[in-house]
Amino acid sequence: MGKWTRRAFLTTGALVGGGLIVGVAIRPGHRTPKLAGLVEKDGETLVNAWVKILPDNSIRVIVPHAEMGQGVHTVLPMMLADEMDADWKTVSMEQAPADDEYASKDIVREFALPSQAPGMVEDTLNGVFLKIAQTMSLQITGGSFSVRGTGTWSMRVAGAAAREILIEAAADEWQVPSSEIRAENSYLFHDKSNKSEPFIAFAKAAAGKQGPTQPKLKTPDQFKIMGKHVERFDIPAKVDGSAVFGVDIELPGMKYACVKSAPVFGNTVSSIDSVAAEEMAGFIKLVNLGSGVGVIADSYWQAKKALDKVKVTYTENDSNRASSETMFEQFGKSMDAAIAGGNEEDDFKVGNARKVLAKSKKVIEAEYRVPHLAHATMEPMNCTAWAHDGQLEIWAGLQNPLGIRNLLADQFELDRDSIVINNVYLGGGFGRRAMDDYPVQGAKLALALPGVPVKMIWSREEDTQQDFYRPAIMSRFKASLGVNGLPEAWENQFVDKHEPVEAPTIPYAVENQYIHYTDSPTHIRFGPWRSVDHTQHAFFTESFIDELAAEAGVDPYQYRYDLLSHDLRARNVLEAAANMATWGKPLPEGWGQGIALHRSFNTIVAEIVDLDMSSGKPRVATVYCVADPGFAMSSDGFKAQMESGIIYGLSAALHGEINIKDGAVVESNFHNYKMLRMNDAPTIEVEIINSGDISLGGGGEPGTPPIAPALTNAIFAITGKRIRELPVSKHV
Amino acid sequence: MLEITVNDISYQLDVEPDTPLLWVVRDELKLKGTKFGCGMAQCGACTVHLDGVPIRSCVTPVSSVAGRSITTIEGIGEQSENQQTAKLDKKLHVVQQAWIDEQVPQCGYCQSGQVMSAVALLEKNPQPTDDDIDKAMAGNVCRCGMYGRIRTAIHSASAKLAKEIILIPADEKPAEVLVKPTAAEGSFDPTAAEGSINPTIAEGS
Repeated sequence: MGKWTRRAFLTTGALVGGGLIVGVAIRPGHRTPKLAGLVEKDGETLVNAWVKILPDNSIRVIVPHAEMGQGVHTVLPMMLADEMDADWKTVSMEQAPADDEYASKDIVREFALPSQAPGMVEDTLNGVFLKIAQTMSLQITGGSFSVRGTGTWSMRVAGAAAREILIEAAADEWQVPSSEIRAENSYLFHDKSNKSEPFIAFAKAAAGKQGPTQPKLKTPDQFKIMGKHVERFDIPAKVDGSAVFGVDIELPGMKYACVKSAPVFGNTVSSIDSVAAEEMAGFIKLVNLGSGVGVIADSYWQAKKALDKVKVTYTENDSNRASSETMFEQFGKSMDAAIAGGNEEDDFKVGNARKVLAKSKKVIEAEYRVPHLAHATMEPMNCTAWAHDGQLEIWAGLQNPLGIRNLLADQFELDRDSIVINNVYLGGGFGRRAMDDYPVQGAKLALALPGVPVKMIWSREEDTQQDFYRPAIMSRFKASLGVNGLPEAWENQFVDKHEPVEAPTIPYAVENQYIHYTDSPTHIRFGPWRSVDHTQHAFFTESFIDELAAEAGVDPYQYRYDLLSHDLRARNVLEAAANMATWGKPLPEGWGQGIALHRSFNTIVAEIVDLDMSSGKPRVATVYCVADPGFAMSSDGFKAQMESGIIYGLSAALHGEINIKDGAVVESNFHNYKMLRMNDAPTIEVEIINSGDISLGGGGEPGTPPIAPALTNAIFAITGKRIRELPVSKHV
Repeated sequence: MLEITVNDISYQLDVEPDTPLLWVVRDELKLKGTKFGCGMAQCGACTVHLDGVPIRSCVTPVSSVAGRSITTIEGIGEQSENQQTAKLDKKLHVVQQAWIDEQVPQCGYCQSGQVMSAVALLEKNPQPTDDDIDKAMAGNVCRCGMYGRIRTAIHSASAKLAKEIILIPADEKPAEVLVKPTAAEGSFDPTAAEGSINPTIAEGS
């Protein structure tokens, strides 16, 4: 396909995620009629691309993001329904089909180059499109984006647009000015003439209307659903066993596959001995996947047993001699060399930190490390695929279904229209299910057995050892304090920069800062792990600022507070956390508190840990968490995300460690890659500060980064021992 | 041929005897609520009841439970035939309802196992302390970290059950209706060596 023009963008392929569909829905000549064929059933009326009105006047919202427990299948409908003035009791949802009408890979590719997006959308709808375009690359379910991106820029806009065109239609019908019509609980009212009719009475007329160019959104004082606690749509099916995850897909005549990839990334299959496997009951086929092998059999257990009998040798390379130790040695050397050679990559620079440090009488220095981490979703990676009738059909839980579709089209040289993606519930995502390896394997297996649906399920061992890992990182600090004890210079060097770019920056007012990084690649594949770079950098920076407070002899809460007079939003969060935890309260012998503050995905979070070290081992009793996301659309949903992020981060801080030996991952299952369990889970108290009108910040990730430093700072407060390397279990 | 009873229905099965109960339940009986998580009794996602006791079905060869009675997540609610509609009316178990009331699940993948462990706990011990909950639930990993909500939901289900007991007149059913005798513990000791849970059950008790 040739290059997309602006015209193509607006008329041919404008149906990508977010607000573009809204744009289409509210433009003349919109494609609602065509979309209707995809998502309309008997008697239903698609009012715009995101909302249908059903014959009984109930409302169904079409949601373009994957549900992985973050509640997006509920909170996005809340946002649309509120703007539409729909009756929440009658609102339901369905997932948008992963069809070209709701997805276009070429548009996505264009938007992968953000600089081109504004040009493509110039002189469109009063800048609404521009905002959408800038966030388009985050159409993936991730980046704590669904609510503040899709929710704000498409769900709310679509709901408001739907309300306005319904009112227009009623104004025509009733022959009254639209300004005299109000909407409430899925009804329209004209109070002067005492008229009222349900939305459905005007649905057909409204669906044909062009709609407003920029619908008027509500202000928070007008919210009826947003910001409230509502029960999630997906929960009932998750307590009676009926929720369908990828692993639960059932197709007629389906076969099962197990796979085993080379333990060392980059190694490939050099020989296969499948004689014994082929004699096993139920064996159907062995497939060479290049980086490993798969066995297809009649049942899962037969596939697993046959795979165990396959003998595979792999090519080797330098990676086979790598270990966690050699990697950290390499990081240290790379960092030394960068400074010696003057080729640091600048990350953030203000003032002249090096000059101030050179003149300082005392420079405080520290080196921090974090290990690789696996995601360990509860549902191991799996994919069901079926090559039939000229199509490749995929069933899997995917954070990035559009991306997967594009990749499969490219890799197998298929027309993307022939690839059908069926996205289902994700049994945990955390970034892992944004990766493409398991659907590619699923597709390879299915293409090796045309006409037969094949369900591939990874073992837990495969899931642990074939992840895309939170990278192991080293970070070094130098700082000097002014006469008031506050830092006057801050230098930070680290390896391996990914995203978000601002992760290593500190919220504190330090006049001279130099933050820089050095690439030092390893063969371990990188993956976004809940909050991505924030998780490691919050541990580094919030530990080191705690070291500076100790050096200055100042209370660590007060020290941070004093450095935040320029950022009242952050200071309020910190202060609220201290109040909530009663910072400095008397505690039993062997107990103490630790504090940390970090901003990620535009949500500011402060966490305080009440830690019991009386037994010599850390036991986190309580975590106090205060978060300011601007505005939390779903109060309980946001709270749940904080609770979840804290436990996820605490598992990593206390136990999380993926070690590399002879190039391969050592850990294999939950016995040696340990998770927090009920018996070590702390009490968590969460307070939300809605400091603004809109969802500035995300919810899925920001709870995770502060917990590790809050914990290790508490250990320091009690024992005087500074933990500079995770996990904590290695040191206390 | 091998016979097992699942959710009060008896099945004749033609499967390899070493096949874990998990895969028989999921792929032969098509009861998908029981989940695969680790394959070595470490995470509890596959928890079902064997004669009322929670076990990890991923390490339980189906041959070891021949002739025994299994309950899965699909079998813990009450079902009754509606005379008017001739359809089955389903009523959630009090634990399942508590899970909804407390909005426990996030991704939800572990929750069938969590609910099964909680139901077994409350049947044995209708008024569990926090320590009891720790012991009974430590074998179930929730990667979304909803432990606080699970604990609250167990306490609230327990309170509801206590009310129900009081409501039963003394001359009818005694409180033991809720307390089934248990032969083995399904609890998990996280400090124990790997894969050590219920080895007797796993190997066919």
